[in-house]
Amino acid sequence: MGEPILEIHGLSKTYRGGVRALDNVDLAIHRGEIFALLGPNGAGKTTLIGAVCGLVKPTEGTIRAFGEDVRHHWRSARRRIGLVPQELAFDMFARVDHAVEYSRGMFGCPPSKARIEEVLRSLSLWDKRESKIRELSGGMKRRVMIAKALSHDPELLFLDEPTAGVDVELRRDMWKQIDTLRDQGTTIILTTHYIEEAQEMADRVGVIDKGKLLLVDGKDAIMAKLGRTEASISLSAPLGELPATLRAFPLSLVNEGQCLLYRGGDGTGKGKREIAEVLRLLVEQGIGFDGVETRESSLEDIFVDLVENRIEVAA
Amino acid sequence: MNVRGAIAIFTNELARFFRTAFGSILSPVLTTALYIVVFGAAIGKRMDPHQCGGASYGAFIVPGLIMLTLLSESTSNASFGIYMPRFTGAIYELLSAPVGVLETLIGFVGAAAMKSLIIAGIIMLTAMLLVDYSVAHPLYAAGYIVLVASAFALFGFILGLWADGFEKLQIVPMLILMPLTFLGGTFYSVKMLAEPWSTIAQFNPIFYLISGLRWTFIGHSDVPIGLSLVCTLGFVALCILVIAFIFRTGWRLRE
Ligand SMILES: Nc1ncnc2c1ncn2[C@@H]1O[C@H](COP(=O)(O)OP(=O)(O)O)[C@@H](O)[C@H]1O
Ligand SMILES: [Mg+2]
Repeated sequence: MGEPILEIHGLSKTYRGGVRALDNVDLAIHRGEIFALLGPNGAGKTTLIGAVCGLVKPTEGTIRAFGEDVRHHWRSARRRIGLVPQELAFDMFARVDHAVEYSRGMFGCPPSKARIEEVLRSLSLWDKRESKIRELSGGMKRRVMIAKALSHDPELLFLDEPTAGVDVELRRDMWKQIDTLRDQGTTIILTTHYIEEAQEMADRVGVIDKGKLLLVDGKDAIMAKLGRTEASISLSAPLGELPATLRAFPLSLVNEGQCLLYRGGDGTGKGKREIAEVLRLLVEQGIGFDGVETRESSLEDIFVDLVENRIEVAA
Repeated sequence: MNVRGAIAIFTNELARFFRTAFGSILSPVLTTALYIVVFGAAIGKRMDPHQCGGASYGAFIVPGLIMLTLLSESTSNASFGIYMPRFTGAIYELLSAPVGVLETLIGFVGAAAMKSLIIAGIIMLTAMLLVDYSVAHPLYAAGYIVLVASAFALFGFILGLWADGFEKLQIVPMLILMPLTFLGGTFYSVKMLAEPWSTIAQFNPIFYLISGLRWTFIGHSDVPIGLSLVCTLGFVALCILVIAFIFRTGWRLRE
C-alpha cells in the first residue's frame, strides 16, 4: 500500500477530571485507503479524531500528517484535512450554499462557484442550495456537514459515525458517497460501531476499546486470523466419547453426547473443508446424524470476542 | 496568514448581522433618540452651558450617547459572535481550520466592531436631526470611535469565550458596563458631582473614554485627551494579551 498519510505514535489523552480517553495509541494510515475505527461508545474514537484535527490537545504522543508534525505545521496540515463530526453543528439560519462557501473560505481556498456546485450536486443538495439549513430534513443536514468538509478538497477525510441514527436507505447512500470519494483518491478514516459498516466499507479495521487500540489489520486478514466456522452436527444416537479418528479436529461433544460441535477454520474456507471431512469420516464409521448447521463468524463476533475478552482480563 | 479565511469569517459575521439588520439598527437608534428627546429637551434647558464645556446640553450628551452605543453594541456583537458557535458546536470547524489568532480577531472582532461602527454612524445621523451639534476634531473623532469600537469588541470576544451560559453573556454588559457608562459622565460632566463622588468617578475607566470622545466633539473635556488615549490603548493592549494567552493555552476552546 501507499506511503503513510498519517502516523500516530504513543498518543494518549487524559481529560480534566481524569478520564483516560486514549492510551498509548500507535497507528499508521496509508494513502488512499478507507480505515474504519471500530469501537463501542466511549472507546475514544472521537477523541482520536479530535487530536488529529486540532479539537483536543494530546497529553502525550506525536501526530504526523503528510510527513509533518501537525503541532508545528498545523496550518499546512489542516488545509488538507476535512472533518465531519458526529453531531450536527452549524448556523441553522444560514443558507446551504452560503454555509458551504463559508467553510471553503475558512480553509483558505479561493471562492469557486463551480466547486460549490459540484459538491452540492454530488450530495443531492443542489436543489436545496437556497434553503435555510434548519428547513432541511435530518439526513440532508448531515449531508450539509459533509459538503462543508469537502468544500476545500481534503486529501484526508474524517467521518465520525457518519451513519449513526441514519435510516437504512440513507446509510446505503452514504456508503456510495464514500466509495465515490475513495475512487477520487481521498483517504478516509471513519468511526463506527456498526460492524456491518466496517465490513462493507473498509480496507482496514482498527478495534478500539477503553482508549486502547486492540487490533489493526486488513479486514480480510482479521477474518482469516480470527474468523471461525461453527458447525453443530446432531447425532442420531448419543456418543460417549470422540472416536479416535476425529481427535485431530477441533471438535467437542455437547448436549450429553447428542451433538458434535465443530469450531475452527480461519475465515479462508478451511473450516468448511474440515467439516466436510468430518462428515465423511462419520459416514465411514457408521455414526448416524440427522442434521448439520454451519455458520461463519462475522466481524461482529470477532469484535464482541475481542472486547469481551478484554473485559474479562480486566475484571 | 490565511487572508481568505479571515475574510470569510468577517463577511460571514457581517452577513449574520444583516439578516437581522432591521432590529439591530432600530433599537439603538430609538433608544438614543429617546435619550436626546427626554434628557436634552427636558433637562437641557436648565443646564448652564459653562458646565457643558460651552456647548448646548444636547451637543454635550451626543458623544456620551455614541459611547454608550459603541460599548454595548461592540461588546454584545463580539460576545454573541463567538459564543454562538461554542454553544451550537459549530466551533469545531474554526478549530480544525487553518485559522490562527490573527484571522480569528480580524474575522470576529473586526466584524463586531464594524457592526457597531455602522450603528454609531446611523446614530450620529439621527442625532443630527434632533440636535444642533458639530464635531470639533473630525479626524480624531473618527479614529477614536474606531479605537473604542475595536477595544470593546475585543473585550466582548473575551466575554464570549468566558461565558458558559447566556446569562453571563448578558450580565456583564448589564451589570458592569452600563452602570459604569452612566456613572462615567454620559449625561453630565463629572465635575458637577459633589465630593467624594467626583473623586470616585476618576477610578471609572469609562470616564476617560467618554471624556476623550467628548473632547473630539466639543473641544473640551474633563481630562486631557492624552490620558484618555493612553487609557484606551492600554485597554486594547490588555485585551489582545488576554486573547493571545487564551489561544496559546486553548482555554475554553480546545479540550
Ligand atoms: N470533553 C471531555 N471531558 C471529559 N471527558 C471526556 C470528554 N470527551 C470525552 N470524554 C470521555 O472520554 C472517553 C472517550 O470518549 P469519546 O472519544 O467521545 O468516545 P467515542 O467517540 O468512542 O464514543 C469517554 O469516557 C468520555 O466520557
Ligand atoms: Mg464518538
